[in-house]
Amino acid sequence: MATKKKIMIVNRKAPHGTIYAFESLEMALITAAFDQDVTLAFLDDGVYQLVKNQDTRPIETKNFTRAYRALPDYEIEKIYVERESLNARGLTPADLAVAVEVLDADTLAQRIMQQDVVFSA
Amino acid sequence: MKFTVLVNEGPYTHQASDTAFHFTKAALEKGHHVLRVFFYHDGVLNATALSVPPRDDRDVVKRWSTLAQQYQLDLVACIAAAERRGILDSEDAKRHGLEMDNLAPRFRISGLGQLVEAAIQADRVVVFGD
Repeated sequence: MATKKKIMIVNRKAPHGTIYAFESLEMALITAAFDQDVTLAFLDDGVYQLVKNQDTRPIETKNFTRAYRALPDYEIEKIYVERESLNARGLTPADLAVAVEVLDADTLAQRIMQQDVVFSA
Repeated sequence: MKFTVLVNEGPYTHQASDTAFHFTKAALEKGHHVLRVFFYHDGVLNATALSVPPRDDRDVVKRWSTLAQQYQLDLVACIAAAERRGILDSEDAKRHGLEMDNLAPRFRISGLGQLVEAAIQADRVVVFGD
């Protein structure tokens, strides 16, 4: 398929408790497989998705969060995290499992506006 | 205009499916082209043939099937999301050794690639959910 679109997947929900984060990650990987210009954005509780060393054994769910570290292998290299969401939760980029670009809300909004397609969950 | 519609929530619990339906119907009635309606997350529950709402309420599943028949609309539920929530067409059921299938008329089950493909081809992608 020749057309290459700028496709952003916005993640706003905590990694566990609901399935949105896991299924959104699957969506990101499939989108990248279509050779599209993929960006991931994490805001609100979505920033928790990227926190490193997560252990889901006590809640007996699949620990899909390891897959975030493999995003560069899928050529997903644009990973934006909203600064306000990190700050509100006492997190810093050092707490995250992947290299990210931290953007303030206004800048992130501009980047969202630049997309052709925005998926969100 | 060419639209692709994404429905991320199930029927009745959430208004997303209702709003997506009204949007899709209005777009078609105005002469726009809806390339595909893709159902993901709990949205795949819109594709169950076993939904039986009370008589005095709207029938969300049947409404989608009827609209699809009227406009040759392509309704696709994500296979991974559907299988884990118990929505299977006859082929899926057979493959998993199950005796029952429950995909509503005019829906089909396929991969997430169908969403990406439709998003690439559309002028606008409209997402319904939280």
